[in-house]
Formats: sequence, structure tokens, C-alpha cells
Amino acid sequence: MAAVQDGQLNLEVEKDIKTEITNDGSGNINANSSSPGSTSSGGKSKSPAGSGEDQQTLLAVLQFLKRNKLTESVDILRREAGLSADADDSPVSESAGAGSGGVPSVGADGGDANSLLSRVSIATPVAPPATAPPKVVAASGGEDQPDVNVVLSAYSQQGDPVLYPLYYNGLKKFIESVLDCHRAELSQVFYPLFVHMYLELVYNNHENEAKQFFEKFSGDQECYYEEDLRILSSMSKKEHMKGNETMLDFRTSKFVLRISRDSYQLLKRHLQERQNNQIWNIIQEHLYIDIFDGMPRSKSQIDAMSGSLAGEGKRDANKAKVFYGLLKEPEIEVPLDDEDEEAENEEGKPKKKKPKKDSMGSKSKKQDPNAPQQTRIPLPELKDSDKLDKIMNMKEATKKIRLGPDNLPSICFYSFLNAYQGLTAVDFTDDSSLIAGGFADSTVRVWSVTPKKLRRVKSAADLSNIDKESDDVLERIMDEKTASESKILYGHSGPVYGISFSPDRNYLLSSSEDGTVRLWSLQTFTCLVGYKGHNYPVWDTQFSPYGYYFISGGHDRVARLWATDHYQPLRMFAGHLADITCTLFHPNSNYVATGSADRTIRLWDVLTGNCVRILTGHKGPIHSLAFSPNGKFMASGATDGRVLLWDVGHGLMVGELKGHTDTIYALKFSRDGEILASGSMDNTVKLWDTLKAFDDVELDDFTAATGHIHLPENSQELLLGTYMTKSTPVIHLHFTRRNLLLAAGAYNP
Amino acid sequence: MAEERRPKQCTVVLPTESMKAMAESIGVGQLQEESCAALSEEVSYRIKEIAQDALKFMHHGKRRKLTTSDIDHALKLKNVEPLYGFQSQEFIPFRFASGGGRELHFYEEKEVDLSDIINTPLPRVPLDVSLKAHWLSIEGVQPAIPENPPPGEMSVCVCFPSFSIIYLSKAAFFTKQPHFHHVYIFTVYIPSHFFPLHFPSAPKEQQKAESTEPLKVVKPGQEEEGSIQKGQGAISAEAKGKKEGLMRMKPRSTHELSVEQQLYYKEITEACVGSCEAKRAEALQSIATDPGLYQMLPRFSTFISEGVRVNVVQNNLALLIYLMRMVKALMDNPTLYLEKYLHELIPAVVTCIVSKQLCLRPDVDNHWALRDFAARLMAQSCKTFSTTTNNIQSRITKTFTKSWLDEKTQWTTRYGCIAGLSELGPDVIKTLILPRLTVEGARIKAVSEGPVVSNIDKIGADHVQSLLLKHCASVIAKTRPLPDNMEQYRADYGYLGPTLCSHVVKARAQAALQAQQVNRTTLTITQPRPTLTVSQSGIGGSGGSRSPSIIKVPSSLTLMSTRPGTPTQPSPPATKYIVMATSAGASSTQQVITLSSSSGSSVTSTVASATSTLQPLVKLESRGAGGLGGSRPLQKYIVVSLPTSASSSLESKSGMLPPSSSSTSPISLEAGMKMDRSDSPGASTQSPH
Repeated sequence: MAAVQDGQLNLEVEKDIKTEITNDGSGNINANSSSPGSTSSGGKSKSPAGSGEDQQTLLAVLQFLKRNKLTESVDILRREAGLSADADDSPVSESAGAGSGGVPSVGADGGDANSLLSRVSIATPVAPPATAPPKVVAASGGEDQPDVNVVLSAYSQQGDPVLYPLYYNGLKKFIESVLDCHRAELSQVFYPLFVHMYLELVYNNHENEAKQFFEKFSGDQECYYEEDLRILSSMSKKEHMKGNETMLDFRTSKFVLRISRDSYQLLKRHLQERQNNQIWNIIQEHLYIDIFDGMPRSKSQIDAMSGSLAGEGKRDANKAKVFYGLLKEPEIEVPLDDEDEEAENEEGKPKKKKPKKDSMGSKSKKQDPNAPQQTRIPLPELKDSDKLDKIMNMKEATKKIRLGPDNLPSICFYSFLNAYQGLTAVDFTDDSSLIAGGFADSTVRVWSVTPKKLRRVKSAADLSNIDKESDDVLERIMDEKTASESKILYGHSGPVYGISFSPDRNYLLSSSEDGTVRLWSLQTFTCLVGYKGHNYPVWDTQFSPYGYYFISGGHDRVARLWATDHYQPLRMFAGHLADITCTLFHPNSNYVATGSADRTIRLWDVLTGNCVRILTGHKGPIHSLAFSPNGKFMASGATDGRVLLWDVGHGLMVGELKGHTDTIYALKFSRDGEILASGSMDNTVKLWDTLKAFDDVELDDFTAATGHIHLPENSQELLLGTYMTKSTPVIHLHFTRRNLLLAAGAYNP
Repeated sequence: MAEERRPKQCTVVLPTESMKAMAESIGVGQLQEESCAALSEEVSYRIKEIAQDALKFMHHGKRRKLTTSDIDHALKLKNVEPLYGFQSQEFIPFRFASGGGRELHFYEEKEVDLSDIINTPLPRVPLDVSLKAHWLSIEGVQPAIPENPPPGEMSVCVCFPSFSIIYLSKAAFFTKQPHFHHVYIFTVYIPSHFFPLHFPSAPKEQQKAESTEPLKVVKPGQEEEGSIQKGQGAISAEAKGKKEGLMRMKPRSTHELSVEQQLYYKEITEACVGSCEAKRAEALQSIATDPGLYQMLPRFSTFISEGVRVNVVQNNLALLIYLMRMVKALMDNPTLYLEKYLHELIPAVVTCIVSKQLCLRPDVDNHWALRDFAARLMAQSCKTFSTTTNNIQSRITKTFTKSWLDEKTQWTTRYGCIAGLSELGPDVIKTLILPRLTVEGARIKAVSEGPVVSNIDKIGADHVQSLLLKHCASVIAKTRPLPDNMEQYRADYGYLGPTLCSHVVKARAQAALQAQQVNRTTLTITQPRPTLTVSQSGIGGSGGSRSPSIIKVPSSLTLMSTRPGTPTQPSPPATKYIVMATSAGASSTQQVITLSSSSGSSVTSTVASATSTLQPLVKLESRGAGGLGGSRPLQKYIVVSLPTSASSSLESKSGMLPPSSSSTSPISLEAGMKMDRSDSPGASTQSPH
């Protein structure tokens, strides 16, 4: 009703004031819904010669007087300034609308100025006499006298609560009426606007209006925001806003939208024409609009990238150079010959291996241009045992099965039986000889899956009796009496959510609800260190592929980088807006990826501590991450059941794998990177053809620059196989060095 | 498009009454209405907040079910003291009560007597976590092993009915936006081989392994392992090493019957105890042959056991017979592994053998046949299932002997005990029955020659006598040295001696003739309408290899169902079954002829043409024709036609049948006898006439 009135009046007033449009700041001021704005414009009509500065000063004075209820003074001042009574009567929105209409194409700079000024006008109450429809004036005039303290808050903007739905509706109608190519882009504005309008209403104690507003428009929001909306809907009082994390996220961070310049102009013009100051203020205050030149994006492109708590990543956030290449493998003298001959005798193809070795050697000599410098971060020296392991690894690698769409891996499933206490985390060692499980009853259990049993090192007293010179001293220090297939590690006081073996198999890390990360020795099966720093549950922890460093992340939204010999973190990566749910080291150990409940993935530089990538597109908390063995790509899985593929170097989404119906807890690339295995709560393991997925992506300069990628529609072509377990959710996957896939989960009858 | 989702998001607020109730519970009386409203909003908000946090813990715990510990952790996150005493693995069973216009949900906590807790033995220690490896897929193919779900099923629906709801709602959630191509299609698994006769069957070995060896690991995956062991030696070795002895107990599984199976079960049980003989025959055949019944076996077993329990009390002879036939059919099914259900089946069978009273009119009804039949079943199950661990045979023998030795035991029970024992084989007869003959003879004498106490007792004594003679004669004939002196017999066996002597003489004569002996017992009971047709072959035949397992009653039933006239023939009285058993030395051949005299059609079929030199020769009674050639001397047919009248006929090979206990349909019997005589020289010696 009011909107209609607005429209009519708008027309009239526009006719009246058409001639007085000036290009100074007054127009901007008018854009703010305040009666002084209108009066000033009215004043201008009488005294066109008045300079902008005078106008503004006058305006400020008037505001002050009005705030202090000195209405007589206001009247006097107004009379002296030559403001007519007509101007007083002229409705605020109309005149302001006319004013803003006078600034048709201000552009980004104009917008900034606008926002600056709007902050000035935040404190401005809606002036009772100046507001348009008399009824509404009465209603709003009575209650809207903001507290001085509250004025400082970002949400204290006082609009008429009744008008909020009208504003929103108006915008909605507008966006629905624009050209299709713009509509999709502009629709992005709905959600953040909705959220902030709702929060404003709640903040200003318009509880009923807020509820109505929510009910009316929450259904229009994209479905992937449902969870946040649910949290919002429970927040209906100002008191609730204190301490609510989601609320804090919205308030402290700007919602990032990427909009093409054309669409943005369209939106701005509309808002200024219609005098939609509330909306405009919100856009200025709480939204960050990343304007790009070029074609507007399509709906599918937008949907692919959106979904995170705070919108998409800014484009320049992903501009930093990431050295995604692998480090050069250290040269190891490989005493292969004798064993090799044995192998040759067995397999009868002596020629094939040697050239392979050579090629491998030559490859590793070349420095990958995308790789970081070898010494970019200090890495631990290789020990003899590490070298031995590397040799083993290389030997195994020669027996590796080449996988592909026609040659799928075999899957060996390790079921945890009788895990009534709840299996919460699993890890395999790289050589697949040990399995560790974290349980909800605070225990960590380690199993040996080879005939070699787990033994403890003898006690100090016994060790002193050992002949240290003997060749098999390493054997002798082990206590045969303690040999068993599994060991239990006690120490945590809450469910163990993350678990990770060190690459040399000497240590095990576990993170728990009790806020600690513990380092266990697999020689003595005791706890060596408890790393305290997170005061809240630690959801995940992960060793660096080179050992020594590890990363942990949890409910406190901060990822910490530790070194095993420091009791305090070396780096703290802050930036996520919600819990960090999973952590992963890049294969070159120079970067760390974290997935979060804010539905973004961030890549952090270990050296500088900077966030170098913000990847958005998931519609639910991310629960699994995996780097491809060459470090170039990353896969992520979330509660929405989708796997997204990322190009780390460009910071682009390059694929979307749909098929799972529940949270994906496990992702792993095969040793050569041809196959991606995903394991989910829906009791399936799926295999995907990643080679094809990465090949299909056309990367021209434009898409690389803008990040607007066209995803292949049908991910089913990439699905190579689905293997269902018998009511056993898959929570970990691991490729052995020979490319056999191991999966683990707790049987859940 | 938004409308349907709106209800989900509407703000639910706790009722103010709850606030009042809670306030009262902590001693705050008169709470203002406004305070209540304010409180309830605040409390609702906090509860939602905690629930949302708890969900995080659920997700990280890799679960789908929110537990009380999640709530505790969420409270801890907020620095709130967790709730103590709500440790529940399952859902909290809130009870609902209403009354006086008030509704109440409460958490039921029973009062527990401490002494009870102290006195109860400690529960078993739960099994420790263990790892077990199996192949989920071998080079892209999922092996069909028990660790993997059955192929071809949308097991989302089958295995986790509760989850499918989640998926459905999620599907709805995703499909809201057209660009999401998450349209989950739910197909309901329907077996391609539809009702009623086929269900996916499990190998018997597997059933056995599942049922009897829960402590051993079932490792079907190992065969496959071998095949790829070459390529992935290390890993398979690991896997194998891991498999040994890690899984100690099979997790308990519940079997839910599919709709088809439920329907099948209903139909079968109804047909088995219903009035239509044709349907029953078909049902029994299905039970005896269908390979996929193991999932329903527990149900059948319970059905039988409960049925016997009820019908013994009600003296419903007919139903007891039907149930015994079901047992028989189950035992005949080669794909079923009954071991697990013997604890239900054996008591039922034993009840049918030794119960004091099985029918309403013990003087008229032929419950003896049921006892004989059940005794044979018992013997068969002893033979099949008795092992050194379960000792079924010795336990059963003890049971029978004990009640037989009891002076007060009634004649009916006595008969059952003797029948049960004697069916167990010649050894049992020799060691247990023969020494008791004198005592038993005296008892029979007391009844039959003493003052008439009651007709029932007399009939009972007669039956016992004939039973003893029948079974003992053949055993004695084999074991006792030759001179068959009447007086000697009397001295050895008392009252029964003379009669026994004559029987033994006959038996010896038969053996002396080196004839391939055909023994048969055809029991035909017609009580109101049911029919039990039993053919038994070879009592103490020449080779001594007689075993109870030759009884092949259900196989005759099997054939009956192939009879074209039957399905359209709803009137059992009009049908005739001819069951014939020939025993030739150690081998046996059976011919079963079924015909329907009313429809006039006849079908002849041969069950097994065994190693004997016998050629089956069958003549049909109603036509008097249909000989299949072959003029070899030792063939027999028994033709029994069932009269529509409620009479029972029992034809016993021994021919000692007291005329008072059965009335035979004269024509058919005559015909049978006539053929016997004309065609079989050996039969003439058996004829009592």
C-alpha cells in the first residue's frame, strides 16, 4: 500500500524537483532516509546558490537539534534558512528518491562516498514530521529514539520495521523484471540482504516484524542456505545476538558477491531511483561487491561457486602465487641391484626396469617451475631409516598397478567390529602396515596388519643390560613379551576426532574433544607430548608428509601449525568463520589446506602464514580433503554429498562429482592420481576418473582470469564404480604403494 | 516453491506451561505469565543453540544418530555443566501419559531393587573391538560374499529403512532448485522370481556355519584372496594374517521378512492347516522342495511348536497330524538346516508320540497312526541330527524308557514310548524292548484277560501288543538261534511268547524264501477329513539295512501335486492316493501312483528307479489296467481308496489288526488284496486271511 503511495508521490515530486538536480554531495545525502535530507533538498529549491558545504553544515545542525528534541529550535532554524513548510510536508522517501535519481551513474567512487555519508546518517532518527504516510509516522516516531551506545553498532540503523518487507519486495520485483542475464547475478543479493534486514529487525527489537519478515521471505532463499536460516530463525531477540557465532560472522565479515559491472549498475540505479535507502545502506555496510568487467555469469556458474557462509572468495584473494609443484626427491643411492635381479628372475623382464629408473632420475633432477624452493621451509634431515623406507617405497612403486577406467583397483575393506563406543577416526601408515583408530571413548587403538606384531621397547633398566654394539640392537631393545596385534593408548579425556601417523611410523598424533593434540610414540606406546592451545574440541590433525610439522584445527576456528619439538604453535591461521573441520598438508609441505564448517576451503602458506586461496562452492561443512599426488589438484567432500575438484594453481573449481547421498568422510587419490576414491556415510565407496575430469576442463585465459568456469554437466560419466558395504560407513580410504585401495569403517548393525 | 518448506522453519517455542511446571519443581510458585513467556522463548533459543552444536559432534563422531553424549559435549562447549545420568545409547524412551485434560511426557525410570542387582550374575563382558578385512571389490567387481550386501538390491531401502527417510527428505531438499540434479530414485527391490516358490537361497553350509559355529570366523573371502595374492602378496598376507581369530562372534542379525515372504508364509501355513487337502499337498511340497525358505524357518518352527502346544490341549488330532506333516516336509527339504530349531521341533514331535490323549474320542479315533508317524519322524531326526555333542538319540531314548518303565503310565503313552523306541532301530529293540517283553506281556494279559476295566484300556493294550509283536518278531528272527519252541518262547517272553513265536516263524519263513520282501504299512486315517498316508517299507528286511529314512511320505505328496486333477479338485474324499513301497534287499524303489477316481484321470510316476532289478509295475485299481509291462514276480501294489465316510483304516503288514479298531473300505481293500495275491507270491504269506 505504502509502496503504491510512494510511487505516486514519487512521480509528482520528481516533476517538481526535476530542475534542481545538482551534482554536489547533496544528492548523496538525500539518498539517506532522513528528514534533514529532504529539508535540505527543499532548501536548495529555494536557494539554489547555496553551496554544498553550507547545506551539509545546516543539515548536521538540524540533525543534532532534532535528536535532542529541540523542535522549536528546528523550526526557527528552518525558517531562517528559508526552508518552506512544503518541504517539511514533502515525504522523505519521495524527495530523497528524487535526489538519488539525480545521481544516475555515480559508479564505484560515488558508492564509496555514499557509504561514508550513510555512516554519518546512521545516527539520524527517522524524523516524525518528515516521514511520508501519516499513520506510519506516528507508529515509527514514537518508538524510534535510539540509545547512544547502540548507535555505534552496525545494526542500529533505524528504518520503519513495517517498510522492510516492502523494500525487500520492491527489490525482488525489480530483480525479477530485469533481463535474464542480470537476474541470476542480482539474485545473489537476496540472501545477504535478507539476513541483514532480519538481523536489523531483531537488533532493534522488532520481534514480531522480524518473524513476519522471516516467514515471508525465508522460502525464497537458495536451498543451500537452509542451515544458516535455521540458526537465524531461532534468533528472535536482541539478547540472543550476543554470543551467537553465526551472528558474529555476519556482522564481522562482509558477504562477498561477484557481480558484473553491468548488473551492478543496474542494481544501483534502481536502488537510487527508488530511494531504497535501507537496502542501499546494507549493501554498503555489509556486502562486498566484487565487480568484474565482462559477461554476467549464468545461474549455474553462480550456484557452483556460492554457498559459503560469507559468499564467494574475493578474486584477489586467490591471486597469490602458489607453488604447487613437488619438492625434488633427495638423491638416494639405491642398492637395488641384488634385489632387482631377484625380481627380474621372478618376472622375467629385465630390460624394462632400468630405463624406467633412469627416466625417473632425470625427471627428479629437473626443477619443477611451479615447485617451491627446496629450502623454502626448513625440513627435517632424512634419517637412515627414512632412506630405507624411501627405497622400499620406490621398490614397491615399481610393482604398482597402473590404474585407469579399465583397470580398477581392488578394495580391501577393514571393518571395525564391536565398536560400540563409536569409531571416530582412522588412519593408515603410508606403507599400510599399521592402522590406528580413534574412538569416542577417548581411546586410540593401533593395530598391526602385518604378521609383525607390535612390541614395546624394553624398560630403561632392561635396556642397560643390552649389548649396544651388537648388530641386531634394534631387535634386542624390543620387549618380546609385549608383542600383540593391537595396542591401546589411553590419555585423552574426550572422543578422539583426528588421528595421523608420522611418515616414519614412529609417532602418532591424535586430536580430541578435550582440546589437546597428543603425540604418541609407537616405540613405547606412551604419550610423549600433549599440545595445548586449542581450548575447544580439535576436529582434525595431520602430519606433514615430511614429518616434524603438523597442523591442527578445531572449534576455535584457528588452524595451528606445530612442530613436534615445540610446545607452542609456530603459526596460527585465522580467517575461517566457523569450525575448522579438516586439515591437510600439501604434498610439498609448504601449504596447508583447511576445510571448515563455513563451507569454504582455505589454503595457507606455511612460510608466511597468509591465506593464499579461498575456495567456495560447497553447500555444507567440509569433512574431507585430498591433494592429488602431483600437488596440482585438490578434492574436497562435504556433508552435501558432493565432491569438488580444484585447481590449486589457479584457485578454480574444475569439477563437481555428484553421486553420494551423505557426508563424504574420506577422499583419496590413487598413487598416480588417475583415480579418486570417495567414501561416504551412505555406506559406499565410489571411484572417479579424475584424469578425465581434469582433461575435460578447458582453461583459457579468460576463465583463468575471472574464475568463471563452465563445469561439465554430467559427472556420472566420471563415475567408474560404486561399491556398497554392508551397513558400514566408510570413514577412511588409503591407497597402498601398489595401488590397492584400503577402506575402513565401523560395522554398524 | 517456498511454501512447502516454510513449516520446517517456523519458530517452535516451548509452551509456557512447561516453564510453570519446571518452576514449580524447583519451588518457585506463582510465576507471572509474562515471565513464563519470556523464559520459554529464551529456553527455546538456548535449546536450539545447543542442539545445533550437538549436531557438530554427531557429524564428527561419524554418526547419524544424535546421542546424549553429543548434548553433553555441546553443553561443555558453552561452559555449562553437562547433564548427568542420561547416558543412553538408544533413544530416550519418553513415555506419554494423559489424564485430566493434561498431557505429559516423562522419562520412565524404574525403581530397582538393589539386592536384585547384587544377586544377578554379572553380564557378559562385551567383546573387544577387532578388525576384519574382506574384499569389497576385486579389480572393480564386487565379490558375492556375506560381508558384502547382496547384489542387485537397493540396499538403502532394504537395509536401512530409517535412513531412506533421510534420503527422501534430502532429495526433496535438493530438488527444490532445478540446477541440482539430485533426483534420487528409489526403486523397491522386488525379486525377479516372484512369489511364492522362490526366494534367494543361501547355501546350506552357510546356514550351518551361521547357526552352529558363531565362534568361528566365516571367511568366504579367502578363496578370492588366493587369486590375486600373486599380485598383491604383501597385502593379502596382511589381510589374511588379520583375519585369523579376530572376529570372535557373529554380530546378531535380525531377519525381516519381505512382503513376498510374509505373504508366502501366510499362505503356506494356512494351507497346511486348512481344510483343502489339495492345497495342503501343494504347500507341503513347497516346504519340502523350495530352496529359499531358510529365512522363514524360525517362523515355521515356532508355528509348529505353538500349534502342537495348543492342539494337544484341545485334542485336535487332525491339526496335530497336519503339523507333523509340516515337520516331515521341513525335514525333507535338503536346503534347510534344522539344527538350530530342534529345540522347538523335537518337543513338538515327542508330544505327538507320548501324549496321554491326542483326540477327543480315544476309543474311536486312530491316534495310533499319528504316534507311529511321529515316532518315525523322531527316529529320522535322531538319525540325521544326533551328534556326540547334542546326544539327541540317547536323550530321547532315556525319555521314552523312563516313562515306559513307570507303572502308572497310560496305555496310550506306553504305546508311544514303545513305538518311539522301536523306530530307533533293531539295536534299541534288542537292548531295551526285548528284556521288557515279559513284564509288558503280563500287563497286557492283565488287561485283556482280566476283568474288563475300560474299553479304552483294552484297545490300548491290544495296540501295544500288536506293536510289540510287529517290531520284536523281526529282531528276534534275526538274533535268536533257530529252534522256535513255543514253550521256550513262553518261558522267555511270558504271555506274548506264543504269538511272538508264530510271528518269528513267519518272519523266518520269509527270510528263508530269500524273497525280496516287501513290507508295508499303510496308514490311512480319516478323521473328519484329513488324510495321512504313510507307506513304510521293509521291517527287518533281508539285509538288515533297514533304516527309517526310507520313509518317503512327502515324496508321494510331491507327486500328488503333479496330478492334473488335483488343483481343480477341491473335494478330498473323491481322491485316492496310492502309495507303494517295495523293498528289495538293501535298495528300495518306490512307485507312487496317484489317481483321482472322480475325474477319471490318472497319473503314474516313478520316484526312483534304484539299483534293484525291479521293474516297476503298476496297476490301477479303478481301471484295473495300466500295467506297465514287466512280469517279474516280486512286485506289489497297495491300493487304498479312501472312503468319504468318517472311518479310519489301518492296514498293517503284520495283519494283526484288531477288526474293532478299524473299518476298512471293503471294495478297495479287496481289490488290493486280490492283486496282491494274484501278482505276488510273497504276499500270500503275509495275508492274515
